[in-house]
Amino acid sequence: MSYLEVKDLKIHFPIKGGLFSRTVGHIKAVDGVSFSLDKGKTYGLVGESGSGKTTTGRSIIGLNNITSGQVLFDGVDITNIKRAKSDVRKDIQMIFQDPYSSLNPKKRVIDIVSEPLRNFENLTRKEERKRVQELMELVGLSPESILKYPHEFSGGQRQRIGIARAIALKPKLIIADEPVSALDVSVQAQVLNFMKDIQKELDLTYLFISHDLGVIKHMCDQIGIMYKGRYVEEGTADDIFFNPQHIYTKRLVAAIPDIDPNKREEKRKFREEVKAEYEKSYNDYFDEEGLAYKLQPVSDTHLVALPEKG
Amino acid sequence: MAEKLLEIKNLTTSFRIKDDYYAAVDNLSLTVNKNEVLAIVGESGCGKSALAFSIMGLHTRAKIDGDILYKDKNIAKMSPAEINKVRGKDLGMIFQDPLTSLNPLMEIGDQIGETLILHNKNLSKNKIREKVLDLLNKVGIPRPEYVINQFPHELSGGMRQRVVIAMAIANEPELLIADEPTTALDVTIQSQILELINKLKNEMNSGIILITHDLGVVAEMADRVAVMYAGQIVELADVKTLFENPLHPYTRSLLNSVPNANEEQDKLHVIQGIVPSLQNLPREGCRFSARIPWVDETAHEAHPELKEVTPGHLVRCTCYKHFSFPDDSKEEQHVLS
Amino acid sequence: MWKFSVRRTLIMIPQLILLSIIIFVLAQLMPGDALSGQIGPDVDPARLDEIREEMGWNDPWYEQYGRWVGGVVKGDFGDSFRFKMPVSELIGQRIMNTVWLSIVTLILTYLIAIPLGIVSGRYNDTWKDQLVTGYTYVGFATPLFIFALVMLWLFGFKLGWFPTSGSVTPGLVSGTFEHFMSKVYHLILPAFSMALITTYSTIQYLRNEIVDTKQKDFIITARAKGASEKRVYNRHILRNSLLPIAAFFGYEITGLIGGSIFIENIFGFPGMGQLLVESITLRDYSVLTATTLLFGVASIVGALISDIILSIVDPRIRIK
Repeated sequence: MSYLEVKDLKIHFPIKGGLFSRTVGHIKAVDGVSFSLDKGKTYGLVGESGSGKTTTGRSIIGLNNITSGQVLFDGVDITNIKRAKSDVRKDIQMIFQDPYSSLNPKKRVIDIVSEPLRNFENLTRKEERKRVQELMELVGLSPESILKYPHEFSGGQRQRIGIARAIALKPKLIIADEPVSALDVSVQAQVLNFMKDIQKELDLTYLFISHDLGVIKHMCDQIGIMYKGRYVEEGTADDIFFNPQHIYTKRLVAAIPDIDPNKREEKRKFREEVKAEYEKSYNDYFDEEGLAYKLQPVSDTHLVALPEKG
Repeated sequence: MAEKLLEIKNLTTSFRIKDDYYAAVDNLSLTVNKNEVLAIVGESGCGKSALAFSIMGLHTRAKIDGDILYKDKNIAKMSPAEINKVRGKDLGMIFQDPLTSLNPLMEIGDQIGETLILHNKNLSKNKIREKVLDLLNKVGIPRPEYVINQFPHELSGGMRQRVVIAMAIANEPELLIADEPTTALDVTIQSQILELINKLKNEMNSGIILITHDLGVVAEMADRVAVMYAGQIVELADVKTLFENPLHPYTRSLLNSVPNANEEQDKLHVIQGIVPSLQNLPREGCRFSARIPWVDETAHEAHPELKEVTPGHLVRCTCYKHFSFPDDSKEEQHVLS
Repeated sequence: MWKFSVRRTLIMIPQLILLSIIIFVLAQLMPGDALSGQIGPDVDPARLDEIREEMGWNDPWYEQYGRWVGGVVKGDFGDSFRFKMPVSELIGQRIMNTVWLSIVTLILTYLIAIPLGIVSGRYNDTWKDQLVTGYTYVGFATPLFIFALVMLWLFGFKLGWFPTSGSVTPGLVSGTFEHFMSKVYHLILPAFSMALITTYSTIQYLRNEIVDTKQKDFIITARAKGASEKRVYNRHILRNSLLPIAAFFGYEITGLIGGSIFIENIFGFPGMGQLLVESITLRDYSVLTATTLLFGVASIVGALISDIILSIVDPRIRIK
C-alpha cells in the first residue's frame, strides 16, 4: 500500500471581480492531480512556475485549502489536516525554498529549531536544549552554535537549520519545496547529499518539488510532470528522462543544458526538432483549453496524458 | 587570429570596509575577442559580478585600479560624461532579474526608447517608435505594437527578459555583458533566451561576456571559459578543453558538484568550507588551498601566477598536479561513481 | 479604474453611518448638557426639566439619533443652542476660513517638503541630509501648540509683523482686493506655523522613498543605458518617488484637521476648529456633532482621495 496517496486533488482559487467583489471565476491552480508515493522513496514533482507543483505540496500540510479530492497518509484521511490528530501533523514537515527568508532573523537558532518541539512536545528547558544540540549535530552544525542568529550562517548552513527544524519531530514525510534553488552549486551538493543521508538514517519519505531537472533526476525514484495544474506524465526517472512520451515532457527534457560542449550542435538540432514537433502536434496532446488530458498507462510505471483512445 | 575587442589589464576593484580596502577583483587580466562568448564561472562571492560592474563603470563606491581597454579608450580612466557615451552604445548589459531591472512605472516602449534617445539625439519620435517595434520583433516578442504601451508587471518572466535584452542591444553594442541572464527563468524559457542571445551575437558580430554559475549553460554557450575564485582567474581555456581536461582543483570540484542528467551518481562532490567573505579572503599563496586541506602544503606555490600549460589553457598554482579527490582518489569521479 | 473608485466610494457609506452613530452617542455620553451651565438660584430646576422634555432630550438615544440624521441628510443640523441660529448657517460662516487655511498650509507643506526631501534623499548620509533630518526630528518632537504660541509671540506680538487674531481686518468690503489681501495676510502666520511642523512626515516619507528607489536594480539598468546622473535622478528616481507622495496627499488632510484645531484656537482664527472647541466647552451638542461629523467626513474623503490618486498614478494598481 502506498504511503502517501493523493486522489483527484483540486485546488481552485476564486477570482474576485465586479463592483462587489463577487467571485467571477476560478483559477484552477491544481486541477485533478493524483499520485502516490512509497515509504522511504523520493517522489519528484516537476513543473514550470505556475504549474501548481508548489500549491500541491503546500496543500498536503494544510497551507492551501483543498477544494476537492482526498489525501491519505499511511491509510489515514488527512484531507483536512488542520483538524487531524496532532501526531499526524507531526509526521509531515516541510522544507522551504529560501533559507534567507524562511528563518526568522530575530530568533536564535535554538528557538527556531525548537519551535515545533514546543508546539507538540512538553519538554523541559534542559531536554529541549539537548534535543536541539543533537539535531544540530545531526545536520552537521556545531552544537555550540545554537545561540547564534540566522545571519551568522552561510546559505547552506541556513538551509540545514531549516532541515533541522523540519526533522525535529522525527517526521516520516518531508515535503521539500525547491530546497536548493537559492543555493550555489557546491552548497547545493552539500544539502542534496545530506538529504540523502538522513533519508537512509531516519527512513524518510520525500516529496521533492523542483523546477531543476538535473536535481530531480539525481534525487528522485519517481517523477510527476505538471503543467497548468494537471499531470502530463508520470514515471520512473528512466521513463521520464530516456523515454518521455508527452510532447511537453520531451520539450522540457530537451531544454536541459548539456554539460558536454561537444554535443552542442547535436543538442541544438534535437531541440529544433522537438520544437517543430511540439508546434505540429500540440493539438494532439492538449484539449481546446490548452490543458492536458487524463493520464493513460503506457507501461507498469509510466503514465502519459493522452486523449481517450480513438 | 581573433580580433581583440576588450582588454583588461591588471584590474583591481576594491571596496572600502571600515578603514581598509578589500579587493573583490584582484589584479585580473583578460581579453574578450570579437564574435566570441567568454563565460565567467564561479560561486557567488567570487567576484564575477564585481568584474562585470567594473567593465560597465557601474560601481559607485569602489576603487578601481588597472586598465580596461576598449578600442583605443581606457574605460577605467574615463570621466562620468565620457563613460555615459560608451555605456548603452558600445557596451550593453543584460541583468539577472528581469522584473527588478525594469522600471515598474515606465512603459516598455519608453524604457527601450531611452537607450536609443540617449545615444541618438536627433531621432524623431516616430523613428524611435519604429525602432523600438523593430527591436521587440527582433527579440521575439509577439504583438509589439501592443506590448510597447504595457508595463513590466503585465509581462511574463521570459518576455521581460526579452525586453531587457532589447534594451541592451538597442544600439547594437560591440560588447554585451550578460550577468546570469537566465538564472531567474524556467528551463524551457532559459533555452529560448540563450538561443536568442546566440542568434543576436551572430547577427551583430559582438563579443559576449556571459556570467553564470550554471555549468550547463557554459557548456552550451561559451567559446572560452574563465573560472574565477576569490577575485582571481584560476583557470582559463576554450570550452572543450575545460570540460574534457579540467586542471585546477576548483574547476574540477565545481564540475563534480553538479548533478548531471546524463549520468548516475550516488553522491555529489562537496567543496569543503565556504567561499570566504571579502574581508577574510586569503591574500597570499593559493587561495583555494584552505578548501582542499588534504593536499600537501608543498604542492602550492608561494606566489601562484596564471601560467599557460598548453596553448590557450592557463592555470594558476601548481597544486593541480598533485590534486585528487579525497574519497577514492579516482580522477574520473565526476564521470562515474 | 472607475470601477475601483466606485467600489471604494461605496465602502465609504457604512463608514459614514458608523461614524455618525459614534459621534452622536459620544456626545450623549458627555456629562451635563447645554442647560446645566445655567443652573442657579434664580432658575427653577423644574423649569429646566420641562425644557429638556420639550427638546426631546429625555427620549431614548436612538430616537434622538433618528431625528438628527433625518435633519442632517436634508442639510439641517438643527439650531445652535448658544448662538441661537441654525448650525448650518454658523458653519457656513466658518468653513471657508478653514478650507483656505488648509489649502495654504498644504501648499506651504509641499513647498518645504519637496526640496528638502529631495536634498536629503539624494545626498543621504552627508551633512546636508543630516541637517534636514535634524529639522524633521525637531518638527517631530515639538508640540504644535507650543510652537504656534512661540510663533505668535515672536512674529505677532514682539515684532508685530502679522496680525494676532481674526481672519480679516474688520470693516473691509467683501470682494475687494483689500479684503482679499487682508485675508491672505491673516492666513500666513497660522499656515506657516502649521506647515513648518507638520511637513516633517512628508519630508521623511519622500526621503525614504528616494533612498529606497536609489538602490533599486532598475536604477543600475538606467545607468547601464548611458543615462547621466541627472537624468537618472529626474527620469527614474524622482518620478518613482514622487508618485507615492502624491498618493499621500489625501492623508495630509487628516493631519490638517488635527492641526487646525490647535492653530485656530491659538491664533483666534474663526474656523471650524475653533468652533469645535467652543461647542465642547459650551455643551452645544448640535454644533459639536455637526463639526465633528464634518471633520470625520473630511478624513474619510481624504483616505478616499489617496486611494484614487494611487490607483491613477501606479500602473500596477491601475490595470485592474
